[in-house]
Amino acid sequence: MKILTLNFLTCARKLCKSSNTAFPLHPQDAELEIVEQDMNVEFLRNILPRLMWEELSGVVGELGLPALPPTVPTLESLTEKKLKAAENDPTGMNVVEVEVPSQVALDLHRLLLETCVKEGKLVCGSCGHEYQVREGIANFLLPGHLV
Amino acid sequence: MSRPEDTLPPDLFYNDTESRKYTTSSRIQKIQSDMTHRALDLLSLTHSSLILDVGCGSGLSGEILSASDAQGTPAGPHVWVGFDISASMLGVALEKEVDGDLFLADAGQGVPFRPGTFDAAISISAIQWLCNAESSEESASGRLSRFFNGLYASLRRGGRAVLQFYPKNDTQKTMISSAAIRAGFGAGLLEDDPGTKNAKTYLVLTVGGGELDGDITGVVRGMEGVDVMDERRRAKERRRGKEEKGSKAWIVRKKEQMERKGKVVKANSKYTGRKRRIAF
Ligand SMILES: C[S@@+](CC[C@H](N)C(=O)[O-])C[C@H]1O[C@@H](n2cnc3c(N)ncnc32)[C@H](O)[C@@H]1O
Ligand SMILES: [Zn+2]
Repeated sequence: MKILTLNFLTCARKLCKSSNTAFPLHPQDAELEIVEQDMNVEFLRNILPRLMWEELSGVVGELGLPALPPTVPTLESLTEKKLKAAENDPTGMNVVEVEVPSQVALDLHRLLLETCVKEGKLVCGSCGHEYQVREGIANFLLPGHLV
Repeated sequence: MSRPEDTLPPDLFYNDTESRKYTTSSRIQKIQSDMTHRALDLLSLTHSSLILDVGCGSGLSGEILSASDAQGTPAGPHVWVGFDISASMLGVALEKEVDGDLFLADAGQGVPFRPGTFDAAISISAIQWLCNAESSEESASGRLSRFFNGLYASLRRGGRAVLQFYPKNDTQKTMISSAAIRAGFGAGLLEDDPGTKNAKTYLVLTVGGGELDGDITGVVRGMEGVDVMDERRRAKERRRGKEEKGSKAWIVRKKEQMERKGKVVKANSKYTGRKRRIAF
């Protein structure tokens, strides 16, 4: 499960619906893995305004990952302009300006889309329910009496 | 042939053997892929999105969400989260190393994501299962309402969901679509090839942007390929004795009318002129 998903997932129990501690769930005994994905700046641009940055920082801390900057990066900071040799130019003299993902975007991509919880559990801060994660799949099936 | 929903609960029906058989059948792969593409057309996504796949199974639909625009997925690749009640189906998805995040979860228990999480949702051939509740403690209508309420909340304002399903009969079709409307969705029901054994039903749902969009007929209207008709308009048209909106005669007449006015008429697609049943 991607760290991105942890920024949206809540406890599934009805009694936690209106609680403000049922999000984010807290990873425990988590084993992380990196699963490489193609860089997609457009997706980052779409999702960035929807992130809850403080909660993301909290989870990153709980997982023992390097701390995030205190505020959410701006959309502008996701790309930067770079000079590149023009295509089909045998002289190599001509350069064009291209937009490429910035280091900020590469770091966000690494954290949100490539860093995954492989094993462990996710614990609700409100009811204490533990959702097991096995091979990256979280079990959100609730026994009837907990629905 | 009996409906699988009437034989076993989904997690038992989609066991290891059935999940593998399902996923490796080239006939099924083709049908699920066609329906996923149809659902994507109806979603009209304009940028790389976060999508929920309800009853994602082994990821036949999800793999298409992960494909790029060049590979035929509009605005793709998208990032998706899938959930399914069958551990065997998810096991096959794991083996295939799909890109989406997988959850073992029951749609009838709700959608555990914070409000406004997803740009869109799809579900291909799954939600008819929600109508069979004999194995659970809750009624079918209770499960449908938990599902649609959760789905509604988890989508962004202006978001859409397209759910293809196999209704057992008209009662079930109405039961499902009215549960969606009660949850707050603007809804339209679209049928490809109605009355044939290839009939496909798509429930197209929109989340209004606020109070002004509360009228469901306003929200879904204007969406490509989906016609909405609510009781009010239908009554008006009956009074005027007009041909039924959306009928072939109606489309042809409208097209001619627009061409006469010098307007550009939308190019014919493979769905043009096909009979569609309209509800609401
Ligand atoms: C016909 S398969 C479709 C799978 C996938 N969407 C596809 O197109 O290949 C139906 C899926 O719905 C799942 N399903 C049935 N009831 C469900 C429920 N209550 N919650 C989540 N998934 C469910 C089944 O386990 C099965 O994987
Ligand atoms: Zn809880």
